[in-house]
Amino acid sequence: MAIITENIILCDHCGAECRTADITSSDKHFCCQGCKTVYDLLSDNNLCTYYSLEEHPGETITSDPDNNRFEYLNHPDIKNKLIEFSDDDFSVVTFFIPSIHCKSCIWLLENLHKLSKGVEHARVDFIRREVSITYHPEVLNLGELVKLLASIGYEPQVNLDNIDKKERDRSNRSLYLKLGVAGFAFGNIMLYSLPAYLSHEPLDPNFQFVFSILNIVLALPVLLFSSTDYLKSAGLALSQKRINMDVPISLGIIVLFSRSIYEIITGIGPGYMDSFTGLVFFLLIGKLFQKKTYDGLSFDRDYRSYFPLSVKIRKDNKEQTVPVSSLEIGDYMNLRNRELVPADSVLMSDSTLVDFSFVTGESTPIEKKKGDLIYAGGRIVGQAVEMIVSKEVSQGYLTRLWNNEIFHTESQDKDLSTITDDASVYFTLGVILTAVISGLYWMHISTAIAVSTFTSVLIIACPCALALAAPFTLGSAMNIYGRSGLFIKNTSIIERISRIRSIVFDKTGTLTQSNQSNVNWKGQELTEYELKIIGIILRNSTHPLSKEISGKMTSGEKHEPEHFEEHTGLGISGRIDGHTILAGSINWLLKNNIDVNPGDEKPRTEVHIAIDSHYKGYFVLGKSYREGLPQLFNHLRNNFELALLSGDNDAEKSNLVRFFRSDNQLHFNQSPEDKLTYIKNIQSNGNRVMMLGDGLNDAGALKKSDVGIAVSDDVGSFSPACDAILDANRILTLPTYLKFARSSMVIIFISYTISLLYNLIGLGFAVQGMISPLLSAVLMPVSSISIILFTTTATHLTAKKMGLSSWR
Amino acid sequence: MEVIFLLIGFSLLLAIGFLSAFIWAVKSGQYEDKYTPSVRMLFDEETNDSSSLNQNDPNPNKE
Repeated sequence: MAIITENIILCDHCGAECRTADITSSDKHFCCQGCKTVYDLLSDNNLCTYYSLEEHPGETITSDPDNNRFEYLNHPDIKNKLIEFSDDDFSVVTFFIPSIHCKSCIWLLENLHKLSKGVEHARVDFIRREVSITYHPEVLNLGELVKLLASIGYEPQVNLDNIDKKERDRSNRSLYLKLGVAGFAFGNIMLYSLPAYLSHEPLDPNFQFVFSILNIVLALPVLLFSSTDYLKSAGLALSQKRINMDVPISLGIIVLFSRSIYEIITGIGPGYMDSFTGLVFFLLIGKLFQKKTYDGLSFDRDYRSYFPLSVKIRKDNKEQTVPVSSLEIGDYMNLRNRELVPADSVLMSDSTLVDFSFVTGESTPIEKKKGDLIYAGGRIVGQAVEMIVSKEVSQGYLTRLWNNEIFHTESQDKDLSTITDDASVYFTLGVILTAVISGLYWMHISTAIAVSTFTSVLIIACPCALALAAPFTLGSAMNIYGRSGLFIKNTSIIERISRIRSIVFDKTGTLTQSNQSNVNWKGQELTEYELKIIGIILRNSTHPLSKEISGKMTSGEKHEPEHFEEHTGLGISGRIDGHTILAGSINWLLKNNIDVNPGDEKPRTEVHIAIDSHYKGYFVLGKSYREGLPQLFNHLRNNFELALLSGDNDAEKSNLVRFFRSDNQLHFNQSPEDKLTYIKNIQSNGNRVMMLGDGLNDAGALKKSDVGIAVSDDVGSFSPACDAILDANRILTLPTYLKFARSSMVIIFISYTISLLYNLIGLGFAVQGMISPLLSAVLMPVSSISIILFTTTATHLTAKKMGLSSWR
Repeated sequence: MEVIFLLIGFSLLLAIGFLSAFIWAVKSGQYEDKYTPSVRMLFDEETNDSSSLNQNDPNPNKE
């Protein structure tokens, strides 16, 4: 049933407001033919459960007349890259579908086989917003499959980026397996070791023999499978003449295992297999904890994630679809509504609106006229246009940025040397020194005792607790950040946040609200009646500026104007109750012979209004700043160097000086490369920089900075490559985020001290040659578990004190 | 006391059984998507019934 409140009918499919009540089908109302078509299709196929699971589950269908839009997917090159698996009978393909948002979506997509016989099976991964479809290619080709998805409002996003990398990250899978094997071995070995610990006299030799053999058999897979990551990483570090935390860990692992084998074979004792497997088990838990990732978010996007795969060009008077990469200078492109301009090109049609929100974060479309150069990354709004390519895709104003070396060097200095690695160098050296000295000390009594003491020191000093401190603190901190609106790519970013000295802001979309404008009226006072008729006229226009202004007006009753005309690129005219209303650019009013007072010079977005040939004034649309910015900057100014990089002109300078208190850190008209260079300059002075930006034009600066944070109104939807994604509503929490990162580092230092204390106690026993399997079996888990408890509790308590949400 | 060897054998077999179940679960991808199945299981059974009906519909001639 359509919900009717205050005479507004909401579309049963997508929930949008219906402009007319005419589009109906079996007592349901729809906002457009597109939505109705989807409903009819679903009801014909007995799929109306879609509408009962959620209210208004659908997406507004932007009807696209072009039926051959997905033909390019049948091109063998593209098809082969997309299809994951294929045999004679069926193929498997996985699509990313941004519009998946509710349980109705899951239901409908997984029932796709009811809509087409070609579909065998479909499975949705909701968090990743992916659907994996098994289909029969001879019944339904790939192009038709995508067309089917698009026809029900689930158009997959197929772009350069996702055809290049098909391999899914399966490393978590192997971590689970390693953890499972280690846990299995640990549990069982404990079972066979306990009898020896608990009985006062030596065990029956038969039992002892069976237990020991079982222990070796169980411990082998832990050494050969579960601990391989640590051994490999230590080997790699040593071969590069570095020391990381995995070196002392591997040392402990190897010594524990070989000494246990030796003791079991010679019959000296039961060995340390329980400590060995326990060590690996705890370490892997720490690793899993640290590895928490946000599957739904993507931190590695570059322009290829947004650019289309193919584009329509006109060659020899024939339309053809070519891959974007083979676009040449001078090609004539045809772009339709909502399509992205893939290369810098010159507009050949009379005029169009271009939405540059991907590039700059500014969502109000900009008007372009014939002959204007349009940079790649703009989105066409309105009628289809023709453009002529003026630069190759990789050489464009925006895309040139990715030719910069920083996008091609894999290891950057910012990724090296974490606090744990620094600590491990001193730790390893200290442990080896202690082991050698105590070994030498016992040498005069017997070599056997000396070797035993030497290995005991290495065993007891194995930095299990030390190695767990950072993963658990940073893992908890990452969770807390995530719940308070800052989504961090991985835990090492937190350490970098704690060292930040400078903060650089982008303006549009970061400091300003990207989807909200201030609308101000300048000119004669308007009567209530005049406001009403202006509102009616504007509401009839599809132009984004009209929508923005009328959105701010109190919505009056529905009223059809007697006459209405829209002139693309100029303005609108309409007649109501005999009054003629003109709205649009100055040129539009001048064209209609209306005397217009010239406004001030500063480039701004204005809509001029005339009623019955009398000029009334104009609406100014300005970006509104996010609330609370003055407090934010007051907080930050004391501790950090602040700067602003804006791609726009300096029209807003006076407003920004209020926040920054001076204008020498404000930089305008910055190209994407300028922003990158600016960050580089700060870093060459030894300062660590955090960059906050939101558009693709910030991508270079985000990548270069020590911590690049993408600010996004909808965290799941769009962000350039970055280290962290910040919910735009939480930007005021920034000072707390920074403080919390530093507190987390303090917690790590404290837990390092605690775990060193454990090590000292253990070493006290070890250097005296008093170590036993029982002592090791007690000390290792006790130290690990107490460190885990301390770090997680301390982190959460600190977060709570700072007002970040901790426990759910 | 020798019965203990038998018991150890049983307990180990049982544990290996659970380990294999775990390995199978990980390999079949159950740890990859931990959200969608929780929604999927709440869909009404009716969907399965009607799907089988629909699949039979197109070729009634065979019967």
